[in-house]
Amino acid sequence: MEDRAKALYELAAQRWRVALWLTIAMMAIYFGFILLIAFNKPLMGSLVAPGLSLGILLGALVIVSAWVLIFIYVRWANNNYDKKISELQIGEE
Amino acid sequence: MNTNLGHFNPLAIAFFTFFVAISLGITYWAAKRTKNTAHFYTAGGNVSGLQNGLALAGDYMSAASFLGIAGLVSLNGFDGLIYSIGFLVGWPIVMFLIAEPLRNLGKYTFADVVAYRFRQKPVRIAAAIGTLAVVCFYLIAQMVGAGKLIALLFGMDYELAVTIVGGVMLAYVIFGGMLATTWVQIIKAFLLLGGAILLSIMVLAQYGFNPLALFDAASAKYGAAVLAPGKQVANPLDAISLGMSLMFGTAGLPHILMRFYTVPDAKAARTSVAYATGFIGFFYLLTFILGFGAMVLVGQDAIKQIDKGGNMAAPMLAEALGGNALFGFIAAVSFATILAVVAGLTLSGAAALSHDLWVNVVRKGRTSESEELKVARGASMLLGLLAIVLGIVFKEQNVAYMVGLAFAIAASANFPALLLSMLWRRLTTNGAVASIAVGTLSSLVLIYLSPTIQVDILKNAEAIFPLKNPGLITIPLAFIVAIVVSLASAEPQAEEKFAEVEERIHIGQLLRDP
Repeated sequence: MEDRAKALYELAAQRWRVALWLTIAMMAIYFGFILLIAFNKPLMGSLVAPGLSLGILLGALVIVSAWVLIFIYVRWANNNYDKKISELQIGEE
Repeated sequence: MNTNLGHFNPLAIAFFTFFVAISLGITYWAAKRTKNTAHFYTAGGNVSGLQNGLALAGDYMSAASFLGIAGLVSLNGFDGLIYSIGFLVGWPIVMFLIAEPLRNLGKYTFADVVAYRFRQKPVRIAAAIGTLAVVCFYLIAQMVGAGKLIALLFGMDYELAVTIVGGVMLAYVIFGGMLATTWVQIIKAFLLLGGAILLSIMVLAQYGFNPLALFDAASAKYGAAVLAPGKQVANPLDAISLGMSLMFGTAGLPHILMRFYTVPDAKAARTSVAYATGFIGFFYLLTFILGFGAMVLVGQDAIKQIDKGGNMAAPMLAEALGGNALFGFIAAVSFATILAVVAGLTLSGAAALSHDLWVNVVRKGRTSESEELKVARGASMLLGLLAIVLGIVFKEQNVAYMVGLAFAIAASANFPALLLSMLWRRLTTNGAVASIAVGTLSSLVLIYLSPTIQVDILKNAEAIFPLKNPGLITIPLAFIVAIVVSLASAEPQAEEKFAEVEERIHIGQLLRDP
């Protein structure tokens, strides 16, 4: 029982660590984008290709990065976290 | 440009009537299955991950997304896209921090989670106020969008249109509860995605299926400035403040949070956010094309002529591309969009009034199922009437912009208390209550003092508070208040119960009811 409580405590800490790091990554990407808009408008307006400003390109990439981060989390949770959780559930019975 | 907008349009009305008939059929089916409070609030908890992902997308992609952002992009170019992107980046936050713990810890409302280890009464009251403030602002945005759309469809009075929308929505919620609402949201997600894909393909077909050629045409017609950040974000702090509200607001929207109780377990909650983010992100990428498409193919002057805020850009684009038939279809889709969101909002507001305030505060948990169900239905009725009144009062506001304000309150009032209650052992009852109260009040006061109300509505020359969106101040403030108040006086009982919270967040309810 003592071991189980400790394992749960560690797993909880690990889940929050993963969650917080991924949150920070999303925040860094998004606020990086917003800060560029706020403080360097000419750069965001510069054209990468005809019709494609850097702002539009980076904006689309922010959406793609959200998908990528979610994908990373789901993989970690399905392969790693769920397994440990089910071990703890079995340990209880 | 000649337009049928505002004239009697039989085809549009046929599409619209068809959707209402189907959705009321679903409501009739759902009403027979809605026998207790668990059915009413959570559809019995039997919705699958994919279904809930679609319903979340349907709950979230509002009139603001479709009508408002298409309008903002068509009139302001790049600046409108800031909303598109901001509306999506909240979803990873929901996934990482909120969805699974919320599912495991709560029952019907997000107050279940916040109040879990604290004194029920004060936390429930605070959370209900936070919920209702968000629901009201969000409802305003939806009702305004609905009123304008139906007014243009039928050429009828705006006020009458708002009343009809309120009435149909109330039929879904009161009789069909969460089950009807879920299916209306799923069908709406299909219709909205289908409509947006169809419109995008038709726009891109004129540009050799190259979005860049479309953007290039926009910049040739209205100047290169439409592809660059511009006057909407004149103040850098405004951009950051809006960004914070959009990012953390999603994780504090009561009607979104409530949807996580409709799935059987935490894994299904996870799956549903993954699907939802996929659908919603795809849809927001399409708004790039719809907005610039309307700018070029309809023209800014024509859009502004119909509606100053630009809210009619998407239906006008449909008319320009596919004539009356496509206009009718897209108008019906927009109507479905609004109904689905308004139903979800009303349901979450009703849950706050009945489950949090009536059952847990007034009756202190001692009440019967049938009484709670009656109160929930009465609360829905009350909120529906309120939505109609607010929709009429706030007629002239841009839809996406009002949603921005709803997000500011959600991010400041609900998100900090919700996150800390699950994450921080030392949070206390007083800390949670103070955080919600300060978050709600400070956002409301700063919105009142902002240029939106002072300059746009009250016509004063200047506003006392310079930012249009208060998130930059109010979100950190709500966190600081929660932490300072909690540290000021410890609550040993709440701290002891944290182990139980942690157990439930991760292991779920399996321990108690296997």
